[in-house]
Amino acid sequence: MKRVLLAGATLLAAGLMAGSAQAQGTIKIGVVLPYSGQFADAAKQVDEGIKLYMKKHGDTVAGKKIEIIRKDSGGIAPPVAKRLAEELIVRDKVDILAGWLLTPNSIAGCGVSAEAKKVMVIMNAATSIIVDKSPYCTRTSFTLPMVTTTLGSWAAKNGIKKAYTMVSDFAPGHDAEQGFINGFKAGGGEIVGSVRMAVANPDFSAYVQRAKDINPEAIFVFIPGGAQPAALGKAFAERGIDPKKVKILGTGEVTDDSALKNMGDSALGIITAWPYDHNLKNKMNQDFVAAYKKEFGGDNPNFFSAGGYDGMTLIYEGLKKTKGDADADKLIAAMKGTKWTSPRGPMMIDPETRDVVETIYIRRVEKVGGKLVNVDFNKVENVKDPIHEAMKKK
Amino acid sequence: MPASAAPSTPQQYLQSLSRWHPIEIAFWLATLTPFLLFPTYLSLASQIAVAALFALSLDLILGYAGIVSLGHAAFFGIGAYTAGLFSKFVWGEPLSGLLVATAMAALVGYASSFIVARFRHLTLIMITLGLGLLLAEAANSAGWLTGGSDGLQGVDIWPLLGLFKFDLYGTTAYAYSLSVLFVVFLMARRLINSPFGLALRGIRENWVRMPAIGADSRSHIRKVYTISAGVAGIAGAVIAQTTSTVSLEALSFERSADVLVMLVLGGAGRLYGGLVGAAIFMIARDQFSGIAPQFWYFWIGILLIAVVMLLPNGILGGLSKILARWRGR
Repeated sequence: MKRVLLAGATLLAAGLMAGSAQAQGTIKIGVVLPYSGQFADAAKQVDEGIKLYMKKHGDTVAGKKIEIIRKDSGGIAPPVAKRLAEELIVRDKVDILAGWLLTPNSIAGCGVSAEAKKVMVIMNAATSIIVDKSPYCTRTSFTLPMVTTTLGSWAAKNGIKKAYTMVSDFAPGHDAEQGFINGFKAGGGEIVGSVRMAVANPDFSAYVQRAKDINPEAIFVFIPGGAQPAALGKAFAERGIDPKKVKILGTGEVTDDSALKNMGDSALGIITAWPYDHNLKNKMNQDFVAAYKKEFGGDNPNFFSAGGYDGMTLIYEGLKKTKGDADADKLIAAMKGTKWTSPRGPMMIDPETRDVVETIYIRRVEKVGGKLVNVDFNKVENVKDPIHEAMKKK
Repeated sequence: MPASAAPSTPQQYLQSLSRWHPIEIAFWLATLTPFLLFPTYLSLASQIAVAALFALSLDLILGYAGIVSLGHAAFFGIGAYTAGLFSKFVWGEPLSGLLVATAMAALVGYASSFIVARFRHLTLIMITLGLGLLLAEAANSAGWLTGGSDGLQGVDIWPLLGLFKFDLYGTTAYAYSLSVLFVVFLMARRLINSPFGLALRGIRENWVRMPAIGADSRSHIRKVYTISAGVAGIAGAVIAQTTSTVSLEALSFERSADVLVMLVLGGAGRLYGGLVGAAIFMIARDQFSGIAPQFWYFWIGILLIAVVMLLPNGILGGLSKILARWRGR
């Protein structure tokens, strides 16, 4: 027993010494993501974005070595996420918190960021209010209203007068519905009906029939990714709704690569709004996609990877400005207003809200070289989060 | 149990059960060591204490009364949401929040105990599972109250006793959850070592015979189920208060399943079973997920299989068997 205790004490002492010795030239970034459980795949893609950035730009910035410490929050678990963030700060002595895929976890993390005064970079979670929970919190992904409100106002401006909305009955669905309706009505459109559908495995045919009876010019849909887009596409085809006549509008999840694979040709003509697609035709993105495929075995990067990649860009750019000082007040001040070019196009951190400002692309599913892809045919630049914009006006 | 002569009267038997064993005292002293030895692990220690409390509440019904539940997170979640909402709409004083949350969980437990007391075995598993899922879905739909899948916003917990803020290191959190665990444990110990506790064990072994000797099975089950629900509510309230977060995960099936795994690991039907199981489960998860985040459940699975195959009464059951054999020699 004595020997065990002694060994433990030695280890502890060694750990403490290592901690203080490293602190000189190292900046530690604690990444909290759900590496296990049902969101593991998305977490992996965010992580690959981080890895790719560090591979390309090295692990030193402004004379400091960057060290990543990864923690698994295992699905939606705010108490666990909060504890991990606390441990990263008190035990691992990280300077920056990063990652953050899920909204409830991110909100818990923001509490820690505010209390411990550490910058927190959200690389995915997309609910507007998160960044308001800590003065040191910023985001490099997007917010859901940025996408849906933009899509609504774009639709109203481009000749659609009457739209119907179909969303899944859960918090993000409600937000998406509200966002679309706000944008669409502000542009002079009219909502002819709305329906909220069961979240888990709904039978879409009844909902689609109801939409068809009303005969709108466009139908806005928001459903969770995975198997549901295919089921919905099938229901549209069966009930005789042709995306070429009745415009089907949605967010990028509806037509991401895995959804397209399942939907087949029934996806043709669906219009979606989204901040990133691997099909974007800028040089930087083409290099990014090629490097990503080479590094991680063939799959295309998606918006998760882009969020991770740009999150690291923001951290590196911020540290360059502060000359390697990770003090939260200085670093967040440096990050505010930072502009950079991403595979997504031009990006900025809004100096007032610390939220992301970026281009939202309007894409249509088309067949290119025998493959279904999201082809962007229009875009809205410098989109800010509409909820934060509305708050500012008050 | 002390090795002294077999007790002659029931009173003496119960007294011998409630005597404090040196190992028990050592156990509780050991729970204080994190304050000194692992000051950066106090948040984890606090969550272990909460898990232990939750496992203890399941032990009361599963280990002692033989009620298998796969929906025990329902009461944990009710406790968590009540404590969270109480801090949002009334005030953030933790102890009063804890009492209200306990009362709420016990009340719901009492209401559902009438259903639970009517069934056994597989039916019971299905009923508790169904009730748990229903409640989780109800909380999801009632987004105006619970915040839905975003989690409850605006939880604001005041410093404990007006003095100790819930800090980053988790010192207050651990002190709080450990004290609550200890107090509840003392009550549970008293309960189990009482004639009521004996009757529960009788019901577990033969639920038809117990009424014949004057212990009505159903009313006993209703009582212990209500108590157990209250304890689960305490656990939920403590996690809500120490982390200032409440989300649907508190009601999830995973939480019900995890606590069952903890209890089976440690040893059901033993007061310390849930406590030891919770500590092993949580520490193993923390360590394994640090090594390879994607695969930690794999190692927990291996551990669980090994324990149920080699030590049918859990780790504590196995230890006491070894101890008994060693004493016998």
